[in-house]
Amino acid sequence: MNGIHDLGGMTCFGPVRREEGEPVFHADWERRVFAMNLAGLAFLGPVDRARHAIERMDPVEYLATSYYEHWLVEVITLAKDLGYVTDAEIESGRAAAIKPTPFPAPNAEQVEGLVRHGMPATRDDGRITPLFGVGDAVRARNIEITGHTRLARYVRGKTGVVAAHRGSHVFPDTVAHDRGENAQPLYTVRFEAKELWGENVTRRDCVYSDLWEDYLEPAT
Amino acid sequence: MSEHDHRHDHDHAHAHEAPPSPYHRSERTSERNAELTERVAKLEALLTEKGLVAKDALDKLVDVYEHDLGPMNGAKVVARAWVDPAFKQRLLENATSAVAELGFGGLQGEHLVAVENTPQVHNVVVCTLCSCYPWPVLGLPPAWYKDAAYRSRVVIDPRGVLREFGTELGDDVEVRVWDSSAEVRYLVLPERPAGTDGWNEEQLAAIVGRDAMIGVTRALPA
Repeated sequence: MNGIHDLGGMTCFGPVRREEGEPVFHADWERRVFAMNLAGLAFLGPVDRARHAIERMDPVEYLATSYYEHWLVEVITLAKDLGYVTDAEIESGRAAAIKPTPFPAPNAEQVEGLVRHGMPATRDDGRITPLFGVGDAVRARNIEITGHTRLARYVRGKTGVVAAHRGSHVFPDTVAHDRGENAQPLYTVRFEAKELWGENVTRRDCVYSDLWEDYLEPAT
Repeated sequence: MSEHDHRHDHDHAHAHEAPPSPYHRSERTSERNAELTERVAKLEALLTEKGLVAKDALDKLVDVYEHDLGPMNGAKVVARAWVDPAFKQRLLENATSAVAELGFGGLQGEHLVAVENTPQVHNVVVCTLCSCYPWPVLGLPPAWYKDAAYRSRVVIDPRGVLREFGTELGDDVEVRVWDSSAEVRYLVLPERPAGTDGWNEEQLAAIVGRDAMIGVTRALPA
């Protein structure tokens, strides 16, 4: 979807404002929301479904709320979508009914394992041959995508050069919507500033974007 | 006072008083914080009662991300690369396995890539679509990295954004912006400052800040 989260290339938000000696968390509720997200992945994931829950926020609310407020919306949205909680239960903080989970909630030892080992997105089994090679000219497809995607608007229709092949990665556009992992080659593509931002750009700058094969077409 | 001057004063005051701003989203009124505190406490109680999360797991996660993971890890990686050319080569070829040599890795660092600053090339990292960040080596990101101002503008005006961080780059330097749109996570390997010959890794790690590894600043000069 073409949502407010897709911010790349906008210039209307003013200067970057930093905080000296910024703490990791600004309030205790941020700690709890952060932890509920990670621990909740066991039932609420995958991560692209979680990202899409944030992308579906009202755009005004998205801009007016903080990062961990987004994460709070995400946990509630996913838990409701999956039938684990209701609005009334969220208001009261007490369970009216309990939907069985397939296994117990992960404990401290299990989440420590998650942090240590991560969740690799690669699914390399030797069967997926990349269509493009390093140095190939490619165009990010200009396509309408109604659900979750990681194809940012600012690269759509733009031509770049493959800088690296990163192996085959789980495809966000399908995994976010329970349509399978659809692992496919992921490329880092280099776009020149002039190509992205306009003919009058003279700066020697470029942007690298990580793009799945389904996002790309040959540019020759 | 002209209208222009008045506006200037107004903006100036804002910068210092830091009122809640929709575009600088770490700021919040105490009323809003109180609302959120209550709402989150209810949600945690509910999810715990439902068997979706366990309190000991939440406590552990907070502890790890508040105390164990942070830019001090990435600084050790950079310092090692500065003193050990073979390690630096392994880091640039496969950062995931190279940082594992120092005991780092895991969630949001499953596919790490290190990009090297040189006199000709300056790298800077962003996630325009959300806030992807290499947690095992840098910890959780600062608020500005997650704000609209940085995410929107660093791809189109990287030199302007870097200038706000006090980083001036010559016209002969190529700026490479890395937009973390997949599960690959980027770590900038800053240039080693002049005057640090003979320093040990511990001394070197102390001059490598978080912002230098995001690429908005350089490592501190000696």
